Amino acid sequence: MVTINAHGLRKAYGSNVALAGVDLRVEEGRIVGLIGPNGAGKSTALQAMLGLVPYEGDLKVLGRDPWTNRDALMAEVCFIADVAILPRWMKVRDAVDYVAGVHPRFDRAKAEGFLARTTIKRTSKVRELSKGMVAQLHLALVMAIDAKLLVLDEPTLGLDLLYRKSFYDSLLNDYFDHSRTIIVSTHQVEEIQHILTDVVFIDRGRIALNVSMEDFEARYCEVMVAPDHLDAARAMKPIQERQLFGRSILLFDNADRTRLAALGEVRTPSLADLFVAMMSDTQGAA
Amino acid sequence: MTDAASQPLSKVRPLYWSVRRELWETRSVYIAPPAAAAVVWCGYLISAIGMPARRIETLKLDPAHQSIVMGEPFVAAHAAITLTVMIVAAFYCLGALFNERRDRSILFWKSLPVSDLKTVLSKAAIPTLVLPAVGIVVTMVAQAVIFLLSTLILVTAGVSAATPWTVGSVAGEGVVLLYTWVTLTLWVAPIYGWLLLVSVWAKRAPFLWAVLPVLALALLEKLAFSTTHLMGLVVNRITGSYDAAFVTAPAAELRAHGGMPQLGLDKLDPGKFVTTPGLWIGLIVFAASLAACVWFRRRREPI
Repeated sequence: MVTINAHGLRKAYGSNVALAGVDLRVEEGRIVGLIGPNGAGKSTALQAMLGLVPYEGDLKVLGRDPWTNRDALMAEVCFIADVAILPRWMKVRDAVDYVAGVHPRFDRAKAEGFLARTTIKRTSKVRELSKGMVAQLHLALVMAIDAKLLVLDEPTLGLDLLYRKSFYDSLLNDYFDHSRTIIVSTHQVEEIQHILTDVVFIDRGRIALNVSMEDFEARYCEVMVAPDHLDAARAMKPIQERQLFGRSILLFDNADRTRLAALGEVRTPSLADLFVAMMSDTQGAA
Repeated sequence: MTDAASQPLSKVRPLYWSVRRELWETRSVYIAPPAAAAVVWCGYLISAIGMPARRIETLKLDPAHQSIVMGEPFVAAHAAITLTVMIVAAFYCLGALFNERRDRSILFWKSLPVSDLKTVLSKAAIPTLVLPAVGIVVTMVAQAVIFLLSTLILVTAGVSAATPWTVGSVAGEGVVLLYTWVTLTLWVAPIYGWLLLVSVWAKRAPFLWAVLPVLALALLEKLAFSTTHLMGLVVNRITGSYDAAFVTAPAAELRAHGGMPQLGLDKLDPGKFVTTPGLWIGLIVFAASLAACVWFRRRREPI
């Protein structure tokens, strides 16, 4: 089943084009990382999927048009837009009561279970919690909702490493199963690489790359090349070359691995390295 | 509550929880009116020092005037609580759809399956249903306490606590109280609608956006045509429900009572009220404002 199907998705704010024709298809049971520089259109794309902004083009989320059918869609879709949006005046206890009151798919026992693992007091107000605790609370509320699609827009922004790690660990261990779909945008590429099934790079309103992690590992490799093999390696058209401790590291797309192995140590690049390579390719020229 | 929670989710339940959420956020809804009552009680207690002597003078008057003089503290309590409720309602409306955008919590509310219509209705319910209900209850309690206090003070001072009131006339006062609140709320509703609309639309300073354009237009009218129709319209919307809903007393009679209209069961005029075009025009404006609020909230982003 297709969870998200976008075709020619466009959105402009005045003369500023945020999405310039995005085609994207996300199947059920995937964890998709949406990665792009600031202002690339990540948030706009996610907002369009959530029916928060009107758009041009074709977009179906769980078979529904998110703009015209938003109210029905929100029973099956959940999102965390950024950590600071839980109302500061709300008590933890009231937040649980409220979501239980309005959401038909909320499991209060589950939420209480998640909260029991934290040090969050039920009588605290959100304004009294640390940023990490607010994120824990929000995640506890969201994970207790039996949603088909979870959208996370920079969910760990401003959190320290421990909170970030436990955020993604809980998401993967306690929430994800293969009937759900998660789409997450973040700048902390390295931290989510291991949980993703697919990665989408978005740049200036367009999809720059859309691959599954298996394809990513098959397609891209980087080689730490010894100085005397450098010319031979360069002849194989790397997409990027960088220096590390005086050694050259070359990044290749669809290159012959056996030939590369003769030139140096071949390994799978990190998403972050590929991201830097592809984005500086387009932005560095400017 | 537990029963309601175990039942399948009805269409009303999100509305119920949305209203409760408003009460968590805006506690002045149920704190300010009792506080106003407490202030009235304090004033009444302080004035109680000379009360027995005054009561002896009052008892020399004819029963109609006795009733008016003895009724004054009750009218004062009613007036103070009404004014408080209207101020709380106005400020509530100005913040209702503005604060959620300023603190970005609108993104949290919008992540839950509560439609913009339900949200706007739950917010409109605070000034039009919840606050008047609080106002009625608090006024009744405030008046009951004043009655008990005066009886206690007079009996202690050895003065007759007898009043010209009967059980029937007290029950009648209850009906008048209810009628006053209902007509007031219906009459003022378009003001609340306007304030909610400004609150959903303004990017900053909703109070100024709500007030200054109206003042500017009124000034323009005054300078251009030397008329004050707009200002008259606004003032009538805030204070005019008594004129529309009650048999209006001649100005001379009003002055005799220190400007306070005496609202009795015989002064109710529901027939006049429901046939006043201004009532229906106001309600249409209120409904249109709410519709516009729904439309805007759908499209509004955090600020």
